Amino acid sequence: MYRYDEFDHRFVAERTAQFREQALRRLSGELSEDEFRPLRLMNGLYLQLHAYMLRIAIPYGTLSSRQLDRLADIAERHDRGYGHFTTRQNIQFNWIKLEDTADILESLAAVEMHAIQTSGNCIRNVTTDHWAGAAADELADPRPVAELLRQWSSLNPEFSYLPRKFKIAVTGAPNDRAAVKVHDIGLRMHLDASGARGWEVIVGGGQGRTPAVGIIVRDFLPERQLLPYLEAIMRVYNLHGRRDNKYKARIKILVMELGEKRFREEVEAEFARIIHPTAEVDGKELERISAYFAPPSFETLPKISGAFEQAKLDNAAFAKWARVNLAAHRVDGYGIVNISLKPPGGIPGDATAEQMRVVADLARRYSFDEVRVSHHQNLVLPHVKRDDVFTVWKVLEANGLATANLGLAGDIIACPGLDYCTLATARSIPVAQAISRRFADLERQHEIGPLKINISGCINACGHHHVGHIGILGLDKKGEEFYQITLGGSSSESASIGNILGPGFAGHEVADAIDTIIKTYLGLRHDGETFLDAYRRLGPKPFKEALYAAPQR
Amino acid sequence: MTAPVRNIDKANPVDTGKVMTANRLADGVVVFLTRSGQWSERIDEAAVALEPGSAAALEARGEEAVRSNLVTGPYLFEAERRDGRVRALHIRERIRTLGPSVRADLGKQAEGLGGGFQPTE
Repeated sequence: MYRYDEFDHRFVAERTAQFREQALRRLSGELSEDEFRPLRLMNGLYLQLHAYMLRIAIPYGTLSSRQLDRLADIAERHDRGYGHFTTRQNIQFNWIKLEDTADILESLAAVEMHAIQTSGNCIRNVTTDHWAGAAADELADPRPVAELLRQWSSLNPEFSYLPRKFKIAVTGAPNDRAAVKVHDIGLRMHLDASGARGWEVIVGGGQGRTPAVGIIVRDFLPERQLLPYLEAIMRVYNLHGRRDNKYKARIKILVMELGEKRFREEVEAEFARIIHPTAEVDGKELERISAYFAPPSFETLPKISGAFEQAKLDNAAFAKWARVNLAAHRVDGYGIVNISLKPPGGIPGDATAEQMRVVADLARRYSFDEVRVSHHQNLVLPHVKRDDVFTVWKVLEANGLATANLGLAGDIIACPGLDYCTLATARSIPVAQAISRRFADLERQHEIGPLKINISGCINACGHHHVGHIGILGLDKKGEEFYQITLGGSSSESASIGNILGPGFAGHEVADAIDTIIKTYLGLRHDGETFLDAYRRLGPKPFKEALYAAPQR
Repeated sequence: MTAPVRNIDKANPVDTGKVMTANRLADGVVVFLTRSGQWSERIDEAAVALEPGSAAALEARGEEAVRSNLVTGPYLFEAERRDGRVRALHIRERIRTLGPSVRADLGKQAEGLGGGFQPTE
């Protein structure tokens, strides 16, 4: 894991001290709310529906046990005993006091964490594959580059007042688990014939009120040119991005307005102006950062673990969980343990302080001290010996953390919605709960197969509804919550934006509607065909007919 | 939004008007302006302004409390008073008044400070 150097420590400590002063000045009235708001937002402190909310950055979703323990402490000491893992691999606390915030930031700084750039028109937390450094299909760990981008973008004055927020996602695997095509900039690693690393650069993807799949501006950018090239993109955006209308200020709108060809020309022209040798990625610096992400000292183990295979034979529940929640590791004898934070009827992404401590402890004992947060709002123990998986599962099981639904109907992404968020137009969580209860039968979930149901409580799309195989968007219709359903979205390497199926539904009707859609799929699917593939083959027609042309009552 | 309505049911009179709310500066807790000009955590103690003039007066008091560093983000919302209890008309305000609809164990609804209603009704 990356460790702060002397400069990082000083920088975060200074920022915390600065915030303490700012908060005191706000409390004494020396600063007005208008003066203070941008300062608190620069430190991740929002004012939400019930209290202040603190959004803490989890760089590229990687946590040490000590850090997760600290989050548990904060949940207990300063919040209501739980936290909410977000779709940007961060964590939010919902019941924070302004007068406590500087103390919280100080306790975060002590474990090399902060809440900087989790808000505002800057480059936000760089996100990545939650299986980075562990996945069997990975070319190389993308986190050194994610960390490089974090350092490059942190408080970079040139990127501190962008037209709008800016989100970068990075993946080192051909199977895209980081949704890079729906980010402002998405980066996919490739290797050339000589094995040298380069990056496919995708720009202008995004969700929100104008969803778009990004365009590819470079197929293979040599790694050493990564920073000057991204700088060129940021400059084109800074110069031409709209500042007159916040709904048209994201880079995707600039890409749409200029068109793919002209946008690319602008970037290339700017890139040509940058003096390359000095601006290029210093190989030594990337090497220095990469050393922090060196693979842990894996043991040499046989591919097959007898203990693991036997446990599956002896315990059907464990076998079922292992089938979906355990992913293939790049090293023989290891597995990636995925911890679903989506029990039937639960609140997606919420974890209690106690659960955080359980996971931190398991990571300490069985996963080289590492935990990951996924943008699906789940947790991951990336490096568990297959021999230990059954032991880990038993602990998870005893703490309500062994739901066997990863990537299935119950593994729903949902933003906090109107239960917490001031921007929301409708609730997301109760809809997620109703659907999750409807599909609580694991047999049925496994029979349905891979399915992403994503729910947002407003058009800002924090719940990624546009890229859900089934997307649900909560809106306000004359003071009543109602929900629009989209089908066919995907955030994978074959990304697509979902299509609105037809008129919306009242909250209590949504689970029935989803049930109808799924029954329609089950009736029409070919052998082994996933929901998304079936939708892409069939189009919306049969689903529309099933939902809207039902027999007259 | 719904226009203020006077209910004609004499046995069960309902007054619809505006309530002044804000977040307490130091801890962010949701508070409501009372008739006596205090900020209460209980919506039932809120002053309900039935006329535009009295709503403007609540607004002025809200701004004053901002200047004296008691609260932040003041605004008016629509509510009705029934049998001495106050209920927000929009679900957003009911949730804000009580706590998350999905966590009955949290917020004012759990602390005995809620109104005589549920977030979803």
